[in-house]
Amino acid sequence: MTMDKGQIKEFIARRAARELHDGDFVNLGIGLPTMIPEFLPPDVHVILESEDGIVGAGPRPDAEHADPRYVVDAGGQPASCPPGGAYISSVVSFGLIRGGHVDATVLGALQVDQEGSLANWIIPGKMVPGMGGAMDLVVGAKRVIIAMEHTQKGEPKILKRCTLPLTAVNCVDLIITEMGVMAVRPEGLVLTELNPQFTVADVRAATEADLIVAADLVPMA
Amino acid sequence: MAKIIGLDEAVEIVQEGMTIMVGGFMACGGANTIVEAIAARGTKNLTLIANDAAKPGMGIARLVENHLLRRLVASHVGLNPEVGRQMATGELGVELVPQGTLVERIRAGGYGLGGVLTPTGIGTLVAEGKEIITVDGKDFLLEKPLRADVALICGHTVDRSGNVWYKGTSRNFNQVMAFAADTVIAEADHLVDVGGIAPENVVTPNVLVDYIVEGRP
Repeated sequence: MTMDKGQIKEFIARRAARELHDGDFVNLGIGLPTMIPEFLPPDVHVILESEDGIVGAGPRPDAEHADPRYVVDAGGQPASCPPGGAYISSVVSFGLIRGGHVDATVLGALQVDQEGSLANWIIPGKMVPGMGGAMDLVVGAKRVIIAMEHTQKGEPKILKRCTLPLTAVNCVDLIITEMGVMAVRPEGLVLTELNPQFTVADVRAATEADLIVAADLVPMA
Repeated sequence: MAKIIGLDEAVEIVQEGMTIMVGGFMACGGANTIVEAIAARGTKNLTLIANDAAKPGMGIARLVENHLLRRLVASHVGLNPEVGRQMATGELGVELVPQGTLVERIRAGGYGLGGVLTPTGIGTLVAEGKEIITVDGKDFLLEKPLRADVALICGHTVDRSGNVWYKGTSRNFNQVMAFAADTVIAEADHLVDVGGIAPENVVTPNVLVDYIVEGRP
C-alpha cells in the first residue's frame, strides 16, 4: 500500500505533531509544517508565532473575519490573533526567536546532512527567494525539526554533506519523513523509528548520509 | 513634533539616488500611498531597505516595476518575480539579509550602536567578507548598522503631533525604522487630534517623526 502525495504529507505532519508539547511556543515554516496543528491531541495547546508580528496566532480567518490590511501571517496571508495573543514588532519577534525563547521550529528542507547542517533557502541560478527568518529560527529555536519528504523526485535529500548553500551549520535535531524518524546525535545520524511500509534497506537506498540504526528501533506511527 | 504636509510635498523629499527605508511586511503596514506616489513620479536610482519586495502591483513592488531601484536590501524577495528578473539582468543589485539581522542592523543604525554581534549566518554565504568576533568562546558575526536618508512608516492612527499607533501586525519594521533615518515621514491611515492616542498606547513617539501625510483610511 503506497501513500499518495497528500497522504505522505499528512503522515509526516501527524508524526511531527507528537514532537510538540502542551504550552510550547512554536514557529512553523510554510507548506507541510502548517498542517501540524490539526493533528495535535485535544489536550496539547501550543502557542504559534507568526514572525511578522503575532505571538499566539489563531487559525486562518474566513473571508468575513479577515483583515488583510492589518493582520497577516509571514506569507502575507490573512491571519488571526485570538484573545490571549499579542501583536509584536519585528525587533521583538526576532528577539524571541534568536534569544532562545522559541521551544521548537518545524521547517522543510532542500537538503539536510548527517551533521545536522541545513540548506533550505537558495538554489543558485534557479531559485533565489531569500532566507527570510529561517536563518535566525534555526540558530535560535531550542529544537529544530525538519519535516519533509524523504527524497526529491527520487534523489536523496539527506546527505553526507549539503551541497547547496547552508541556512546554518549543525542546527537540526530531528528529521521526520514518510520513511522514518532520524535524530542528529554526536555519534551521527540515527534512525530511531521506521515506517513499517519500508525496510531499513529501503531507507538506506533513499539516503546518502551514513545511517546508524538505533538498537531500539521502533515502528513509526 | 511633526509637520503635516501634502502627498506632493512628501514625494519631493525623496530625491534621486537616496537611500530609503520602507516599513511593512508583504505591504501590510507599508506606507503604500506615499510609495505609490513616488513610483508614479519616477524618482530614480533609489536604494531601498525593506523586509521584502511585496507582491506584484502592491506597495514597494511598484518601485521595482517602474525600474526605480538601483539596490535592494531585504530578507525575502521570492513573492515578487520581477525582482528575480532584474537581478538576473544585473539591473538591480540585491543584498539578502536574514530577517532578524536586518531588523537588528536597522536598530543599531537608529540606536547609536556600532553594529550587532549575531550567531545568525555563521558558516553560510551571509558570513562572507564579515568579521567574526569571539565572545566568551562563542563566535558571532559583526553586522554593521543600516541607516537611510528617509524612512517611510505607516500607522493606523497618527495624532497631529506625530505619535503613532499600529494596528494588528502592521507594527513590524515601522517601529524600528522610525529611529534609523535622517528624515521620517509617517503615513496616517487615520489622522487624529492630540489626545486621540492615549500616552501608554503610543508606540512611536512624536519626537521621531518629522512629517505626517494623510493616507487612505
